[in-house]
Amino acid sequence: MARAVGANVRRKDGDAKVTGAAKYIDDLSFPGMLYGATVRSTIPRGSIAARHVSLPPGFIVADHRDIPGPNYVALIDPDQPCLAVDQIRHVAEPILLVAHADRHALIDVHKRVTIEERPAEPNYDPEKSDICFKKISIDKGEIDLGFRISDLVIDGEYRTAHQEQLYIETNGVIAVPGDGEMTVYGSLQCPYYVHKALVVLLNLPADRVRVVQTETGGGFGGKEEYPSMLACHAAILARKAKRPVKMIYDRVEDLLATTKRHPSIVRHRTGVSRDGRLVAMDVDVIMDGGAYATLSAVVLSRGVIHAAGPYRCDHVRIRGRAMMTHTPPNGAFRGFGAPQTQFAIECHMDRIAGELGIDPVRLREINALRPGDTTATGQKLGKDASALPVLRDAVKRSRFNQKRKQLKGTNRGIGLSLFFHGSGFTGGGEVKLASKASLELTARGAKILVASTEIGQGTRTMHAQIVADALGVPFDAIDVHDADTAFVPDSGPTVASRTCMIVGKLLERCARDMKQRLGRMTPAQYFKKHGSFTITSQYEPPPGLQWSDETYAGDAYGSYAWGCNVVELEVDPVTFEVTPINVTAVAEIGKAIHPMMAIGQIEGGTAQGIGYALTEEVVMKDGRMANAQLTNYIIPTPMDAAPMDIGIMERPYPHGPFGAKGVGEMPIDGPAPAVVNALRHCGFDIRSIPATPERIMKAPFDSPARSRVLAQDRPRR
Amino acid sequence: MPVAASALRLERPRSLKQALAMLAGDPGLLPIAGCTDVYVGLHFGTEPGRRFIDLWDLDELRGISVKGDVLRIGALTTYTEIIESTIVQKRAPMLVAASTEVGGAQIQNRGTLGGNVANASPAGDTLPVLAAANARIVLRSNTATRTLAFESYYTGYRKSLRKPDELIAAIEIPRIDGTQWWRKVGTRRAQAISKIMIAGVRGRDVRVAFGSVAPTVVLAKHASAVLSGGGTIADAQEALRQDIAPIDDVRSTGEYRAKVAANLLAEFWDKTS
Amino acid sequence: MKLTVNGKSRTVNAHPMKRLLDVLREDCGLTGTKEGCGEGECGACTVLIDGVAVDSCIVPAAHAEGRRVITIEGAAATKTGKALQNAFVVHGGAQCGICTPGMILAAAPLKTGASLDEIKTALAGNLCRCTGYPAIFRSVRSALKSKGGARARRR
Repeated sequence: MARAVGANVRRKDGDAKVTGAAKYIDDLSFPGMLYGATVRSTIPRGSIAARHVSLPPGFIVADHRDIPGPNYVALIDPDQPCLAVDQIRHVAEPILLVAHADRHALIDVHKRVTIEERPAEPNYDPEKSDICFKKISIDKGEIDLGFRISDLVIDGEYRTAHQEQLYIETNGVIAVPGDGEMTVYGSLQCPYYVHKALVVLLNLPADRVRVVQTETGGGFGGKEEYPSMLACHAAILARKAKRPVKMIYDRVEDLLATTKRHPSIVRHRTGVSRDGRLVAMDVDVIMDGGAYATLSAVVLSRGVIHAAGPYRCDHVRIRGRAMMTHTPPNGAFRGFGAPQTQFAIECHMDRIAGELGIDPVRLREINALRPGDTTATGQKLGKDASALPVLRDAVKRSRFNQKRKQLKGTNRGIGLSLFFHGSGFTGGGEVKLASKASLELTARGAKILVASTEIGQGTRTMHAQIVADALGVPFDAIDVHDADTAFVPDSGPTVASRTCMIVGKLLERCARDMKQRLGRMTPAQYFKKHGSFTITSQYEPPPGLQWSDETYAGDAYGSYAWGCNVVELEVDPVTFEVTPINVTAVAEIGKAIHPMMAIGQIEGGTAQGIGYALTEEVVMKDGRMANAQLTNYIIPTPMDAAPMDIGIMERPYPHGPFGAKGVGEMPIDGPAPAVVNALRHCGFDIRSIPATPERIMKAPFDSPARSRVLAQDRPRR
Repeated sequence: MPVAASALRLERPRSLKQALAMLAGDPGLLPIAGCTDVYVGLHFGTEPGRRFIDLWDLDELRGISVKGDVLRIGALTTYTEIIESTIVQKRAPMLVAASTEVGGAQIQNRGTLGGNVANASPAGDTLPVLAAANARIVLRSNTATRTLAFESYYTGYRKSLRKPDELIAAIEIPRIDGTQWWRKVGTRRAQAISKIMIAGVRGRDVRVAFGSVAPTVVLAKHASAVLSGGGTIADAQEALRQDIAPIDDVRSTGEYRAKVAANLLAEFWDKTS
Repeated sequence: MKLTVNGKSRTVNAHPMKRLLDVLREDCGLTGTKEGCGEGECGACTVLIDGVAVDSCIVPAAHAEGRRVITIEGAAATKTGKALQNAFVVHGGAQCGICTPGMILAAAPLKTGASLDEIKTALAGNLCRCTGYPAIFRSVRSALKSKGGARARRR
């Protein structure tokens, strides 16, 4: 029988999506449904002096007093109100909710519901903030000794900005009330996060709350935690109105009010030996969390753990802090802290290479982590550590070394980045999650019951492939239940590149257990004779994994994926516009369960990384996104698509399903520094992104390349 | 969208004559055609109009023809029709070039040349072309037809000489003497509002126009005069500073626009020599 | 007003200025056409009117009156449409699927053997956030490959 794992089997949800049959949240309706809208703050900081509501009958209005439980959106810290009471901490903070049976009646609501606001002085600078959400320290060796024995010390400061996830389907939910119960349907990544938030806010027992994920048009982290807020809003209205309430954000509201990637400031002080070894790494990481904590502690965590890059160094000190500013709270976005800190280290490595006069490939070869080396947190890497193979493959495919010489002095440049990405939750996180997966025998095979969500990345298909092969049945014999908390166990959130490696592994175990129990019978035979049964598997950490939250040391992740990007680009001397000529992305991911879908993750993440580097700018004015329209937040169109060359390598991780690690996030970690390093190669010194043409025009140059690129009559190659 | 359709009123004349009569009776009616700007304005609440008159079915306002030396393009000609017209490809390739960079296919299939002129945006993609081409706007009302020089058509930010009871009937482009040039610098390669645009004609005379560097499209008279008079490109770039007044906005900076305008002028001069 | 949607004649009671997108989704019950931005920027709402791709979120119902509209639900009626649908499944053009209906309809007017440049031009008004685009180009190219059909007209 043909194996499903490793084959490009037909996507489970493909046909529904290409025929228009797939139902996204705005495609659904319930009898008696109302539409909801949110009234929000217009100032970044201050207090609410009064609320004036003058609406005709037919409107339902709700405020914080309509919340039966505590007024916060349960996630990590209980600091974010579901509806503001008397303090405003950011623009677009939700204050009142309004519902009406006619969607159009909500259009002029802001004219009849006004909030009297008293402004206070806001702070937008994370370095000046006096509210710290989280501090983390990582220490390895003796940093002072490391600097004493270094030959040279090189400093660098690097900045990244907000980035918007820009899922093409905006946030939306429908809350359907019942007698002492609530069901919420929605576009979301983590049904059990939403479930927990509703249970707390509505003060309902867990079995009286149900969350159902509908077909979701992209998430990228932007629907990890935000939907909990929206679900709570719709539920408050539904509970008050005793009718279903639909709330769909239009694009402007989604851009203004929902989470973005944390901006960062990362400072490196690095001691090196003259022959190119990293001897001492001192890194300072500041993340701008926005107004409330949300996931800042965890973003910071992943950020600092990856801050030293995929390199070996005996003496490391990393200090990180996530600070509060009066801007809309930032949250999860693919990469989750690692794109920020790896941007910094990879740009810094090229700086170091320049100072030492060592080739950037050679510098990385000298320092790349190898199997048996220890990371900054003291984790000893296994045989699957693949920094050198991905580096060498990418360098070869892209003809990096030849082009590096050929392009010198032209308006084209080539740059590279080496990076890695831990799969799963950090340290003891997976143990705390205690994820479960279930597999139910059916008449023709089995049905998967997990809370993992399909958000485009291929969850349904990939899980079915794993189960099919482990159970020994055809791929088509496996069904996947909707991610509905009434039916599926808590498999943890669909984040952290864990859906394959962690949850897929649970399913593999379920399938093997099921196969054992079936004995010599096929599922059909067993089902006919004995009926159905369900196997549930719960997460167990791989043996020997050790982590300490107190010292932030040990095995941060079960496994890492490894990647290398090479970007060849051209800078237009007239307009300073950058055109990516070719992007090479090599990823080592353990095992590609579905090679085409794995390539899809790499190509998609790489494109988002290029946007992060060059064009995606959130223009903040007075704490508010000033370019909150799709025409002004610039993601690539098909005309801008960078040609890509993708390579996949496989070094199996023994505890992943069929050897698989995670792949979803890593691809976005590398493109931005590779772009900046390519810009450096053709004469532009960029230390912050996005590297827009306006910034490139003003970037200090490495002379003598400067005059060469500026000359009007220079021939282009 | 944020405005309920029920709050809007649409008049649907069956002929140009009827449309003009309607406008004469109610000059507050806002003419709409391809709707690619109007509906965006309604969506964002920047379009205050609520009463509209639909020109879309008025075929009298369509058509591309040549009479003697003059290329006449009906106001309702879409960008796609311009792109596919062998007549325009031959006589005004810079207009074809500008049209290919408007939005994407969906916008090009609906947006019209007359609409671009009427919308009067400083970033209208075809406007620098029309300025450099010394185009004329043919306006019709119930009672009269008049033809105005495009060069002086706009009187201020989104203001033109068109009276409320007039419709743009056609755009006339006289024979273009010289090499044509066009370049748009957008935020990306499609679906982009321009940061700055240049259109130029280099013949016995030089006419260079810029978009997105002032409240209206700019015919760069000082820079053009220097180049027409045989001056150097450096002198023309200096003179250009009197022609344009670029600002900062959410897409770009005044500094960038000023610098790139000078670069674009030099590139035009270099590539058309 | 009367219009033909996916080959079927329909009479809808819609305000002439109602967005065609809303007429299709609400009055016709065809939810396959999606709203991604409402400002004619993302192309998720693309439909064909008389064979020509438009953003239905910025087209008034009045301009569809008496016309032939094709939505994703009707794409399978043509050979190209059917080929595109299958190709998007098989070659990874569809991940989350929200841009897919608009993407397929924007590609539908392309001729057999269209070049990569022609494909990019046809799709320039359609945004995708999941794929980065290469898989979409591969899907369209695969669908438009022929075993001896008419070659694409080059401009």
